[in-house]
Amino acid sequence: MSNVDVILKEGLAALDAAADLVELEQVKARYLGKSGALTELLKQLGKLSPEERKSAGATINAAKQAFETRHNEVRDGFNAAKLAAQLAAESLDVTLPGRGISPAGLHPVTLTLERITGLFATMGFEVADGPEIESDFHNFQALNIPENHPARAMQDTFYVEGGDVLRTHTSPIQVRYMLDNQPPIKIVAPGRVYRVDSDATHSPMFHQMEGLWIDQNVSFADLKATITEFLRRFFERDDMQVRFRPSFFPFTETSAEIDVLDEQGRWLEVGGSGMVHPNVLRNVGIDPEKYTGFAFGIGLDRFAMLRYGVNDLRLFFENDLTFLKQFN
Amino acid sequence: MQFSEQWLRSRVNPSLSTDQLSYLLTMAGLEVEEVNAAAPAFSGVVIGEVKECEKHENADRLRVTKVDVGTGELVQIVCGAPNVAVGVKVPCALPGAILPGDFRIKPTKMRGVESGGMLCSGKELGVPDEADGLMLLPADAPVGHNIRDYLGLDDSLFTLKITPNRADCLSVRGIAREVAALTGSALTAWDIAAVAPQTDSKLTVSIADNAPCGRYVGRVLKNVNAAAPTPEWMKRRLERSGLRSISAIVDITNYILLEQGQPMHAFDLDKIDGGITVRMAAAGEKLVCLNEKEIELTPELMVIADAAKPLAIAGIMGGLDSGVTTASRDIFLESAFFQPEAIAGKARALGFGSDSSYRYERGVDFALQTEAIERATALVLDICGGEPGPLTETVSALPARASVAVRTARVAKVLGVTLAADEIAAIFTRLGLSFEQNADGFVVSAPSFRFDIAIEEDLIEEIARVYGYDNIPANAPVAAQTMLPQPEGLRVRSEVRRLLAGRDFQEIVSYAFVEEKWERDFAGNTNPVRLINPIASQMSVMRSSLIGGLVDTLAANLNRKHSRVRVFEIARVFHKQADGSVQQPEVVAGLAHGSRVDEQWGSKAERVDFYDIKADVEALLYPRVAEYRKAAHPAFHPGRCAEVLLDGAVVGVLGELHPQWVQAYGLTNAPVLFELAACAAEQVGRVKLAPVSKFQPVRRDLALVVAEEVSAATLQQAMLAVAPESVRELALFDLYRGKGVDEGKKSLAFRIVLQAADRTLVDDEVEQVVAAMLAAAEAAGAVLRA
Repeated sequence: MSNVDVILKEGLAALDAAADLVELEQVKARYLGKSGALTELLKQLGKLSPEERKSAGATINAAKQAFETRHNEVRDGFNAAKLAAQLAAESLDVTLPGRGISPAGLHPVTLTLERITGLFATMGFEVADGPEIESDFHNFQALNIPENHPARAMQDTFYVEGGDVLRTHTSPIQVRYMLDNQPPIKIVAPGRVYRVDSDATHSPMFHQMEGLWIDQNVSFADLKATITEFLRRFFERDDMQVRFRPSFFPFTETSAEIDVLDEQGRWLEVGGSGMVHPNVLRNVGIDPEKYTGFAFGIGLDRFAMLRYGVNDLRLFFENDLTFLKQFN
Repeated sequence: MQFSEQWLRSRVNPSLSTDQLSYLLTMAGLEVEEVNAAAPAFSGVVIGEVKECEKHENADRLRVTKVDVGTGELVQIVCGAPNVAVGVKVPCALPGAILPGDFRIKPTKMRGVESGGMLCSGKELGVPDEADGLMLLPADAPVGHNIRDYLGLDDSLFTLKITPNRADCLSVRGIAREVAALTGSALTAWDIAAVAPQTDSKLTVSIADNAPCGRYVGRVLKNVNAAAPTPEWMKRRLERSGLRSISAIVDITNYILLEQGQPMHAFDLDKIDGGITVRMAAAGEKLVCLNEKEIELTPELMVIADAAKPLAIAGIMGGLDSGVTTASRDIFLESAFFQPEAIAGKARALGFGSDSSYRYERGVDFALQTEAIERATALVLDICGGEPGPLTETVSALPARASVAVRTARVAKVLGVTLAADEIAAIFTRLGLSFEQNADGFVVSAPSFRFDIAIEEDLIEEIARVYGYDNIPANAPVAAQTMLPQPEGLRVRSEVRRLLAGRDFQEIVSYAFVEEKWERDFAGNTNPVRLINPIASQMSVMRSSLIGGLVDTLAANLNRKHSRVRVFEIARVFHKQADGSVQQPEVVAGLAHGSRVDEQWGSKAERVDFYDIKADVEALLYPRVAEYRKAAHPAFHPGRCAEVLLDGAVVGVLGELHPQWVQAYGLTNAPVLFELAACAAEQVGRVKLAPVSKFQPVRRDLALVVAEEVSAATLQQAMLAVAPESVRELALFDLYRGKGVDEGKKSLAFRIVLQAADRTLVDDEVEQVVAAMLAAAEAAGAVLRA
């Protein structure tokens, strides 16, 4: 065994024996440092003949490379172990809850309202709005409900001082919109409405949404199609049975109640609709000979109840956070 | 409108089951609200006559009877009813009978005595009966006959929700007419003949010129037996229509109302002084009505009067004094047509109405009065006897029935389905509408019983109704496509809601009418918009602020053991103006109470405070930056309240609830709240882009010591006033009190970031700017912190 081989063997053993990175670097210095064992051998090459120098040089360089390779391996090993230890020490309980606030949510009636106005927006219906304290004109007379009309008894009205009323339906919004805009008109108008009534299915304040489409050739067939489509999209039931049943509203003629067949096979009334009465169009300055259209009204609270399986309307207005947060 | 199916089928009997009949009516616009069986299901009960009745030897309260049930053999039955006696006819359940509640009758022994059945009470059969004990049947009840047939119990009671336009269907006659039109089944007309007078006795009737009474038909009947019993068949029909039997004459008038739809009234002739005048009431006149209420009459009310006094409020209610009683001998029957407009709203104004006013205000067939009184007379003669006088008819102005044109093309335009002219003609014929056909369509005249056919659309609805709404196609609409506007400078409502929900505010909805106290306490509003007819005193005024509802929601949820409550609401509020009008802007308001974050391992439990809610307001208005000014507000702590200004205008307020309300409303700690005009959160404006400088920014910090009273904004504004364009940012980043800063003072640290668009700033320039800003701060009372 040559001297080089002996030194290399010792050197490799020393690298393997190093206890840590510091010791490893000390071993490296002992062999490859300025006066390291392998460095010393290289220094002595000058004393050899050119032929000997060539072969001895190659031998020493190979040994040096072997030493460096082993050194790098051992060093990487130390680094990897160090990182592994660090990572192990830094490990978190990932199941702890996240820090900071968590979001709350919207009221179920709002969720229903946004969903419905969103569906109608896809058909080009814009959202309209109006005041809640209304004049007798907007709430009744313009809608073809004169004073003393028996239909007034259908809606128990709250009166405020001065003779105005709390709107009993969202229909006055259509009156206001038609006074301000000429056809084509395509709106939905959600909002709070008020009637003197209070039990498990009636609240003195509740929510309605009015829909209105006036144009040159809007027909009862369009009404049926639009509302049927809406109901099927809202309830996400393509086979939902919808029926239109003759009824009476002073502001529509041909009038129809809207019923859907529920999962128990019962017909549930979900809204009223009809072709806008020519008197209503005339009252707002639209020529009923040229334009026709339909209007409909639905109870947003009722839709929320049906959609979410709520059986007592009053829950919507008690604002119990345990109830409300379930919708988040 | 409630009626018996058997009654209806006695006039029109389509081959439809009860359910099918119900569906037909509902789909024709006569909504069936309920169908109830006249009696629950039971079987094996026949009419029995008690032939013998002995005391039970082992029981004081029991009787042993022998009952004839028509089989030729008497049946021994033990019975405990107090009213059992020899000779009574009663329902008898025989062995094998099944009574309501699946109660099966078998032969049995009662205290050692054989009993072969059960004598029944009305209650046991589920049939209304007032007798105490067994149901006693009339003496002529046929022994052995099935009780269900005898009492007509295989009947259904229909309850219809008749819409205000269909007064013609407020009678059996009207519904029968409608069913015949819808099904094509034959209608059995009433055989009504004129009754020959047997006395000359009559009353003169005059209608005042201004009295909206179209027709008044009257008849005197003398020597009637008003105490005669009402026949069972009539009682049964009345009861199954929801009316109680009162006395024969009154029952007959009610029966005519239900059967024909004609309200009638019967006066006691002795109480009438001279002739009858139909006139408007004079101010100051009084009348005690049948419901025993004394009414101060007004000239808007029409009355039936005699020479001396009003006898009845026309079409609404008779007088107590002049009405027929069982003691009456001579009576005067009234069958009149009053104009709907004359009656409409009057009952509501009086606070009571009647079956008559309900029909009159909707419209009674103006051709019906004579037929109705003839039919009533015949019934009175049948039941109570007497001598009829001649019929008197006084006619004033009757409604005109204008011809209404309907164009076939218009039908197609409105309904979206093309109907052939002969289809339309067939529909009119079935409905009893007479018409003439022309090139465009039809000219129709409505019959006297329809008050809802005045314009073309009314006829189109009739066509659609009979054609069947189900048969009109639901075609997908064809229309010009347009996109909806989407203004970029507007934050839509749903984004505002979601922004707040994202900051952990739960949306609520609370009533717009509130306690008056809330308005005073939380809005300082002593003149709120008041409701005239509130549903409860704590819901009597319209709110001008949402704060009350939020505080109330907090209190309610604290009671339910929620300690951390964060809620918001968006709604209209109502401000009464000096001129009496009401402003109704929408506002957004929020409340936070309890810890800043949910009690949690990773965050310190700190209570939410003014600056938390201020950050919420800032986020809501972002990217617009509002000005916050210390303010006084009745709801809030005077030292912890600010008004919010945008472009110099107040758009809202925020603050900590005043300690006095914390206590008064039973809260544990003070919540913080904000209330802003909804439009402030929505009108955010569009982005205005500024060039991005390529040159390095320079930062300098200034720590300034000022007296506590000096606000951060004061210093900031003073420094900004002298800042050149190169000052890109001036922001407060630290607040310090304590060691090194004198008592009563605070240290505010500002960051100044300078950057020019066109050059690198040199030190000299930076130092000059900072020095100028410091000088401005010093002028405002600040000292550079050592």
